[in-house]
Amino acid sequence: MPFIPHTEEDIGDMLAAIGVPDVESLFDEIPKELLIRDLDGIPDALSEMEISRLMRARAAKDSGLSCFIGAGAYEHHIPAVVWDIATRGEFYSAYTPYQAEASQGTLQTIYEYQSMIASLTGLDASNASLYDGASALAEAALMAVRANRGTKSRRVLLAAGVNDTYRKVAAAIAGSQGLTFERMGLDSTTGASDPGALSDAEDPPVAVVIQQPGFFGTLESVHELTDLAHSQGALVIAVVNPTSLAILAAPGRWGKQGADIACGEGQPLGVPLSSGGPYFGFMACRNALLRQMPGRIVGRTTDLDGNPGFTLTLQAREQHIRRSKATSNICTNQGLMVTAATIYLSLLGQEGLARVALTSCRRTAELVELLCSIEGIDRLFEGPHFHECALRLDRPTGPVLEALAERGILGGIDLSGTHPELGDALLVCATETKTKADLEAYRDALRDIMS
Amino acid sequence: MSELPGDLRFTSEHEWLRKEEDGSVTIGITDHAQSALGDLVFVELPEAGQELEAGGEMAVVESVKAASDVYAPISGTVLEVNAALADDPEKINADPYGEGWIVRMQPSDDDLGDTMDPDAYQELLDELES
Amino acid sequence: MHEPLIFEKSRHGRRAYAQAPADRAECDIPAEFLRDEPPMLPEASELQVVRHFTRLSQQNFSIDTHFYPLGSCTMKYNPRACNTLAMLPGFVNRHPLGPERYGQGFLACMHELQEMLKAVTGMKAVSLTPMAGAQGELTGVAMIRAYHVARGEPHRLEVIVPDAAHGTNPATATMCGCVVRELPTGRDGDIDLDALRRAVGANTAGIMLTNPSTLGVFERNITEVAAIVHGAGGLLYYDGANLNAILGKVRPGDMEFDVIHMNLHKTFSTPHGGGGPGSGAVGVGARLMPFLPIPIVGKREGEPEYFWLTEEHMPQSIGRLSGFMGNAGVLLRAYVYMRMLGRDGMRRIAEFATLNANYLMARLEQAGFELGFPGRRASHEFIVTLKRQSRTLNVTAMDVAKALLDHGFHAPTTYFPLLVPECLLIEPTETETREMMDRFADAMIAILHEAETDIQRLKGAPYTLPVRRLDDVKAARNLDLAWKRS
Repeated sequence: MPFIPHTEEDIGDMLAAIGVPDVESLFDEIPKELLIRDLDGIPDALSEMEISRLMRARAAKDSGLSCFIGAGAYEHHIPAVVWDIATRGEFYSAYTPYQAEASQGTLQTIYEYQSMIASLTGLDASNASLYDGASALAEAALMAVRANRGTKSRRVLLAAGVNDTYRKVAAAIAGSQGLTFERMGLDSTTGASDPGALSDAEDPPVAVVIQQPGFFGTLESVHELTDLAHSQGALVIAVVNPTSLAILAAPGRWGKQGADIACGEGQPLGVPLSSGGPYFGFMACRNALLRQMPGRIVGRTTDLDGNPGFTLTLQAREQHIRRSKATSNICTNQGLMVTAATIYLSLLGQEGLARVALTSCRRTAELVELLCSIEGIDRLFEGPHFHECALRLDRPTGPVLEALAERGILGGIDLSGTHPELGDALLVCATETKTKADLEAYRDALRDIMS
Repeated sequence: MSELPGDLRFTSEHEWLRKEEDGSVTIGITDHAQSALGDLVFVELPEAGQELEAGGEMAVVESVKAASDVYAPISGTVLEVNAALADDPEKINADPYGEGWIVRMQPSDDDLGDTMDPDAYQELLDELES
Repeated sequence: MHEPLIFEKSRHGRRAYAQAPADRAECDIPAEFLRDEPPMLPEASELQVVRHFTRLSQQNFSIDTHFYPLGSCTMKYNPRACNTLAMLPGFVNRHPLGPERYGQGFLACMHELQEMLKAVTGMKAVSLTPMAGAQGELTGVAMIRAYHVARGEPHRLEVIVPDAAHGTNPATATMCGCVVRELPTGRDGDIDLDALRRAVGANTAGIMLTNPSTLGVFERNITEVAAIVHGAGGLLYYDGANLNAILGKVRPGDMEFDVIHMNLHKTFSTPHGGGGPGSGAVGVGARLMPFLPIPIVGKREGEPEYFWLTEEHMPQSIGRLSGFMGNAGVLLRAYVYMRMLGRDGMRRIAEFATLNANYLMARLEQAGFELGFPGRRASHEFIVTLKRQSRTLNVTAMDVAKALLDHGFHAPTTYFPLLVPECLLIEPTETETREMMDRFADAMIAILHEAETDIQRLKGAPYTLPVRRLDDVKAARNLDLAWKRS
């Protein structure tokens, strides 16, 4: 029996010590009619050799394409050190650090992570992670409602660039507590938000959510939007790409007062695309809101001998103590991904991360120039972009993407389904992982298809 | 076990009330309550001017192992909160009936409602012990 | 021995040069969008980083190094093959928004996982998207609410939760806009049926139950409980945290549960990772099928064979809970685990988990420890209470937990469930040897002996770890949550 070490002798001795004749007796408290005889629908066991063969065949089916898709998950080079160390048994199979003395490795790693996120976002404190960027936004909205005592509104206003899937997730998670999510209009020239809905002060929202860069890769006027939101009595939630924070303005420095909460998807920091997860959501906030922040938090303290050490703190807000009045029901978060991200950021440092950001921005600009040289392809929006760009096509996007895939290229995201108002549109992304040759190969294939 | 001050009234939620000369009422939590909570690390206070309903949330006292709601024992308006608790929540542990006071209120009516005298509260404590 | 922070080891200008682009590219972004100051990140060499995090890892306890009898956590062996195979390049490099046609390998694994989870739980449909048990709970309660609203009964907002329940249960109910009604547990560990009959009514949305309960015993009246709640128009939610106790012996679907969440990071052995990632896949009976969160993997005759069911296929779904489809890599690990166990292996899990728990319970009882529920069989876990020793010797569950660390064991779960004073909730799991449990029992006996002979020394434990007991009052009063350059 895989992973079960008992010999016949062990079983006999143990049953004798318990004082029962057989293992079945141990289940005698369970009503007989509930006990099943067999597990239908489960195939027979495979040895490790057999399952390895099966999985290798399946993984091979899904490989080999050159990826130019972004839309919330980004391909970056991940140093070999990151997963070599993150999958060490002492990190991989460790439990939540409730017994602090036995978990200093995990706790110190999280403290270092919190320090890095606080600095990247320009805010005072970070938590130990949430599930992903989308659910982090839901939690941030709920947090803003708890923290913003100045209003009874449960209306959350989203800038035009906020990822629409994030809106759906926030509505699914926070809708049952009465929160509603609306959008600002999109300026079709710049691809940034039209703040009209915010200036219109009739029913000020409890919070304004600003995504930077926006879903289409365009950049918002974060300082003006932040000041406008604060003047309406709303809290500001920044949804940010962590790689971009190496070069873009930190949310804590947006406008005169800075954003109140920053959150987003941490996947770009050393976590592979892995078919959608596990990723991690990060969240940071100003000190004034600290006690409303969900999730675990690690603090530095001293031990009985006066030596420094780390422990979970502010636990009284969490589910295992506060129960029905907890800030959130979150318990298990994304610990291993945080470990990986901390190692990644330690290897890159601010200079390395800035180079990743700048190179990705540059590659996308180069790709866009190459693709727009093809008849029938144009940029949708003017103005500065980070590492994604929306293009307009003179024909339906779907078939073009299929043809590209047959040539080994995943060309981007078809926007015409989710954003029909943009017409036949495509969202492309090129990161530092792409060489000039990769970009030219894309251009050549597309030119071929379009002719 | 410390003596219960004679000039206070008590609630079954382990709060104490003291009627002041000017008609206002000072409120805190009892020695029993602070002992059960352990070392306090944070106190969330209402704001001056806030209207409170009897039985409604007034404050939250947080220790390492618990965060307990302190309910308003009477209805009224908050006149003053003990701002010193922001830096020194442990005042509640050290001196729950004196420097550890939490809120001073203007009651909406004269009746101190469902409160008991020190002897009755002591009886309640004795029952809990057994 | 304290390891300095990575920031304290940093020197300006150092970094791992091989890991970032060779040049600093120019970009066209105007100054008003840019940072005024670089972020404070470490500046260390690659070797410094390797040493730092390797040494940090060596300060942890883990399943790979220590016995971890944490009740309700199911700290069983995490098979290495699960990690290696889940991280094959074809899976790990695949973008979630890639075309279905080029993801058939991954989707096949997901579909088969859905089917296997249906089979072991006896439920009709499964969604893999919730990213942890707590999100699974949120899903379950949200679906129950959606069900009642769809039937024109939106006033059904009361969720009944036993007082012994895990904190996530009532926290979840509140998060879903519901009101919690707590139910008392009887002295022998079963739910008080009379109290339940009084608690249900026209406002009942449902009940959240764990079976075996958090007290480590099987809810013997479960059929009656189901009848009472269903009779009042409410639904039954099963918290699958303790599924390891009944996997292959009993199916929650047969116990009339309408929805169940599973903790794949417990029962199905995906790694705990120092606090996640987990997965809280949910299964439902027929009533709740339309409300499952999306996306779900479907299978059809035709090309491509496997595809995503989304909003258009499931208009009554409660929606999406994650940016993509949940913790895919965790799901792949669970899939490999289930394929390696197969039908016979999975049937044995509950048998050996229960055998180990009952054996350890017998050894501890024989050694003089007081059990939480002495008359009952242990499920996969059991409770020891130190309330007598706390009065006679002044030793607490916390003291015993810290002393166990010095003996080389991670402590059991302490002070949960809240109902039993000074308790230890002990779950050995099926992957431990009998000798390990004997050693644990011996350590407990030695600790009790030390409590009798040298209580002062015991109260100072642990002595052999990187740190002594930590001042958590100071941690909460003088908050130091991020390193700042001084």
